[in-house]
Amino acid sequence: MDFSTISDIVRLTWLAGAACFVIGLMRMNSPATARNGNLLSAGGMAVAIAATAILLFARPTVDGGVNGTGWAIIVVGILVGGGAGLYTARTVKMTAMPQLVSLFNAAGGGAAALIAIDDYLGLKAAPDPQINVATVLDIVIGSITFTGSLIAAGKLQGLIAGKPIMIPAGRIVTVALAVITVLGAVFLWAGNLSVPVMLLILAAALVFGVTMVLPIGGADMPVVISLLNSFTGTAVAMAGFVLGNDVLIIAGALVGASGAILTKLMADAMNRSVMNIMIGGFGGGEGTQTAAGGAGGTVRAIGADDVAIQLAYAQHVIVVPGYGLAVAQAQHAVRELAELLEERGVDVKYAIHPVAGRMPGHMNVLLAEANVPYPQLKEMDDINPEFERCDVALVVGANDVTNPAARRPGSPVSGMPILDVDKAHSIVVIKRSMGRGYAGIDNELYTNPKTGMLFADAKDGLAALTAAVKAL
Amino acid sequence: MSPELLSALTVFVLAILVGFAVISKVPATLHTPLMSGANSIHGIVLVGSMFIAIEANDLPSQLLSLVAVAFATMNVVGGYVVTDRMLQMFRKKPVAPKATEQAEG
Repeated sequence: MDFSTISDIVRLTWLAGAACFVIGLMRMNSPATARNGNLLSAGGMAVAIAATAILLFARPTVDGGVNGTGWAIIVVGILVGGGAGLYTARTVKMTAMPQLVSLFNAAGGGAAALIAIDDYLGLKAAPDPQINVATVLDIVIGSITFTGSLIAAGKLQGLIAGKPIMIPAGRIVTVALAVITVLGAVFLWAGNLSVPVMLLILAAALVFGVTMVLPIGGADMPVVISLLNSFTGTAVAMAGFVLGNDVLIIAGALVGASGAILTKLMADAMNRSVMNIMIGGFGGGEGTQTAAGGAGGTVRAIGADDVAIQLAYAQHVIVVPGYGLAVAQAQHAVRELAELLEERGVDVKYAIHPVAGRMPGHMNVLLAEANVPYPQLKEMDDINPEFERCDVALVVGANDVTNPAARRPGSPVSGMPILDVDKAHSIVVIKRSMGRGYAGIDNELYTNPKTGMLFADAKDGLAALTAAVKAL
Repeated sequence: MSPELLSALTVFVLAILVGFAVISKVPATLHTPLMSGANSIHGIVLVGSMFIAIEANDLPSQLLSLVAVAFATMNVVGGYVVTDRMLQMFRKKPVAPKATEQAEG
């Protein structure tokens, strides 16, 4: 087989791989076909990479020999990167998974930027204007996602304070960096070949990624990660233009566009606009102090034994898990309690707010990991009408998503979709203290006369309840 | 504009439109896995990283391409594995989950 035939076959294989990505993504839109879709996409990726290796191997070299160093780089790189990826992906706790996705995103963005940097360093003269545009865009976007995703991961991991960090004169610094980047890019696009200017743009974009994400609050990180994911896709498409490689263009553009839509969907589920998040609005310093809000009622504390009796003799119980449950790793404890109640004939369901946990859909993942049967997990619109008929609503570590104040205008959470927990006959809240949620306001649910507060860590509280129900 | 660039631009624009169309009304449950799945797809940058690695013939290029290959592979392998782990949990549980758990191993 001559090289041009091999090259044609490899290109067709890339096309097949790209088709797998598209069909895989489509299948991931529905729970029933999602896993299968991901495997299809992975298969397409494996085939595309294998074909690339064959192409590189069959390609005639200058001296006719095999480029030993080049292959060593590829093999070592794949072993190191693949090993690190495989190990972290398999060992990470499900609660820490969002930051891992962000870390992988940083790696992808970094790789895309490195391709353009390497290409630029090898230039002898300014390239065609079109390629020049792609190269500079690849460097800029790839660098922003690289540092931005690292900061986002650091915030979720708790290495960097989750609360919005205001850099002194932060806005000015960010704008100045943007101006430097744009001016530098225009200078290069005008046909100048300058490595120092390229490095200046690189540095400005790297710092810009940091200053862009630092002022954004931890609870908005999912949307930020999704946005940066879309950025990486775009950077990869630009790398495709730089190298003249269609499969990079297709896959990059695909992720860039679908990531943008997904970002919007996520923001919508949280009743936030992407613009607002990027500018760093609510949850900032200003909202935190506007407490009170007329909820001057008293709070009723309740003991585990009393709650156990309520639960054991109820007919319908709805568990409302939240961020606190995820942090306390109490998903197994809640499943144990639910199973015990079911043995006693109690009907148990879980009300999942779209943004419960750390990311949209995260709570489902956590509960599924603890073997909670999927049919018991109810989405907000399905479960809300059922609260009226429910005897006990057990709120575990959820706060803002249950605050009835959201139904009235004039509160920072106004308009946010909430779970109608206050409609239940009786409400039990497991919470460590009266501390406020992310929105920084008091929850009127806690002062509702129907509400009993069980002050405990989610895991300990649930364990105490399980023990108390067993003792009945 | 060269024919190659024109065809690359065509592919780019059409792929963007496909990307917009491919995400329909996704339940919130699947937002995170879907994002993670899309995240693995841009690991295709590994293909580009392999090209620059094989062409690298000075030390800076070799170092840059080594990091690029390692990063890209981490993106691909880690991305797909963690997505699969998330999605694995969505399989429908049979009526008697405990019995099947034991049967599975």
